[in-house]
Amino acid sequence: MARLALREICGYRSGDKGDISNVAIFADDAATFELIRREVTAERVKAHFGAMVRGEVVRYEAPNVWALNFVMHGALGGGGPRSLRADNLGKTLGGALVRLEIEVPDEWAGRRRPRPDVAWADAILDALPGR
Amino acid sequence: MGVAPPARPRGGLIVDGRTIRIAGGQGFYGDTPRSVAGLLAEGVDYLCLEALAELTLAILQKDRQRDEARGYTRDLPLYLGAALPAVAEGGTRVITNAGGINPTAAARAAIDTARALGLTGLRIATVLGDDIMGRLPDLAAATSSGLAHMETGEAFDALPAEPLFASAYLGAAPIVEALRQGADVVITGRVADAALFLAPCIFEHGWAADDWDRLAAGTLVGHLLECSGQSVGGNFSGEWWTVPHPWDLPYPIAEVDPDGTAVITKPAASGGRVDLDTVRHQLLYEVHDPAAYLSPDVVSDFTSATFTDLGGDRVRVEGVRGRAATPTYKALIAHHVGWAGEARVAFGWPSAHEKARATAAIFARRVEMAGLPVDEWLFEYWGVDALGGPTAEPVDPEHEPPEVVLRAAWRCDDRDVAARVGREMVPLTLSAPPAGLTGMGRSLGGGRPSELLGIWPALVDKALVDPGVRVTVEEVV
Repeated sequence: MARLALREICGYRSGDKGDISNVAIFADDAATFELIRREVTAERVKAHFGAMVRGEVVRYEAPNVWALNFVMHGALGGGGPRSLRADNLGKTLGGALVRLEIEVPDEWAGRRRPRPDVAWADAILDALPGR
Repeated sequence: MGVAPPARPRGGLIVDGRTIRIAGGQGFYGDTPRSVAGLLAEGVDYLCLEALAELTLAILQKDRQRDEARGYTRDLPLYLGAALPAVAEGGTRVITNAGGINPTAAARAAIDTARALGLTGLRIATVLGDDIMGRLPDLAAATSSGLAHMETGEAFDALPAEPLFASAYLGAAPIVEALRQGADVVITGRVADAALFLAPCIFEHGWAADDWDRLAAGTLVGHLLECSGQSVGGNFSGEWWTVPHPWDLPYPIAEVDPDGTAVITKPAASGGRVDLDTVRHQLLYEVHDPAAYLSPDVVSDFTSATFTDLGGDRVRVEGVRGRAATPTYKALIAHHVGWAGEARVAFGWPSAHEKARATAAIFARRVEMAGLPVDEWLFEYWGVDALGGPTAEPVDPEHEPPEVVLRAAWRCDDRDVAARVGREMVPLTLSAPPAGLTGMGRSLGGGRPSELLGIWPALVDKALVDPGVRVTVEEVV
């Protein structure tokens, strides 16, 4: 068995309601969905976030879009308008979840999602006045 | 209900005479009204503007405290200024929750905007009844939940401070009623976000109040459209760097058939992308159990929906199932919690993280020595683990971060104390031992404190709220 960060096989999006953050991860195909369904348990996600998530983590499945949804209670430092955190709405918690490494079959070891190419952004920035 | 739409001139926008086109022109208070032109140019029957996040009513409440004529989202006249000419031509109607905590004042602003444009004859509807602030003690006694906190189960009398606002999330019914009365513009306070989009589906397609699958379909359409750019390539974790013309991200359009089947798309002449990946990312946004998505109008099973990528920035959504709505509305009650201040200072290499931690400790000790009581401290180390917390890779002592920002935040009971705490950071520029402390622009610690609010979610019986719901329509003269 090899280890792979969820980043290489899943998309993600997080949102807030009160002091609850929900993080959904989206597998790229059915086989990957079966794998994350087996490996990415609520307990594992709770442990991954440590002291950042004070309450329970509940997992829901959406097999129609190959997704898992983690509802994390007590995850936002008291909730958006109450939290002292800069990221008081947990916008970055999706990215934090896909840092989690899971066990994968050996033949998956080299899997890697493409990395961003932002040459277009650099070209825009280089052309700005004052640069 | 089975309401037939009244005979009324249309701009020839309807796709096949029965399919309606609904646009999501706003995702929050502060979004850009420039979305409107592209959506109207494409031709839409309904322009829905969703302006209220959970905490927006708190902002609007403060606005109204200063001025009784405020309390709605102030950018409403900008949106309406862009949209009303098309509304007057008869092609489009506008539905928005921009009324916030004062829909009546928002309607006045809408009428003034129409008049300034010379557009008389428009019919502006107002939906009231979501505001339950004045009835809280009665509701706490009469409603089944007792207004207990939905998350913690605490009884309502444990509410830590006087409520600042309290409102129930209403459903689509009063908006449908406004459309039946011939409204061109419907302005509500708090309603479920998706209800803004479900209402025109019910009205145009004559869906019954217990046609749960249809109501779930309209709710799903609303859910996919209510966050503006988020279904067309915004906040997207796929190959986001390949989204075309990301500086010109359009906002989404749904074409909804009478049976609830819908196609999610976008204006052709724009950037952005609609495909299976951008749409499914939105499916679970701010959803808890996707098999039981609770809204005032229906309980939807989002896991029963089928998505088909049709190509050309079109994704078909169909087959979603629904079941009977619950007898309660969700309500949000907000209360004061304290005052927050923050300071940011930056450190360069070497040993930036250690310097930041030491400065945090020195700062906290100085505040203590100054006799300033702080109820809660938070220290974030940007460049190390400010966002990732325990999930972030630990710092490797051999590869120190090149720079670290310390962001200190604190909560105090007293506003003035919260402001004075920040000033204790300023002298550290010269007088803290760690070398190389620098301010972050103007944010060294002199900022004005901001009020912190607690949110108390509770369930309230529909039967106790509905008698107070009022729909009024006024013609612009």
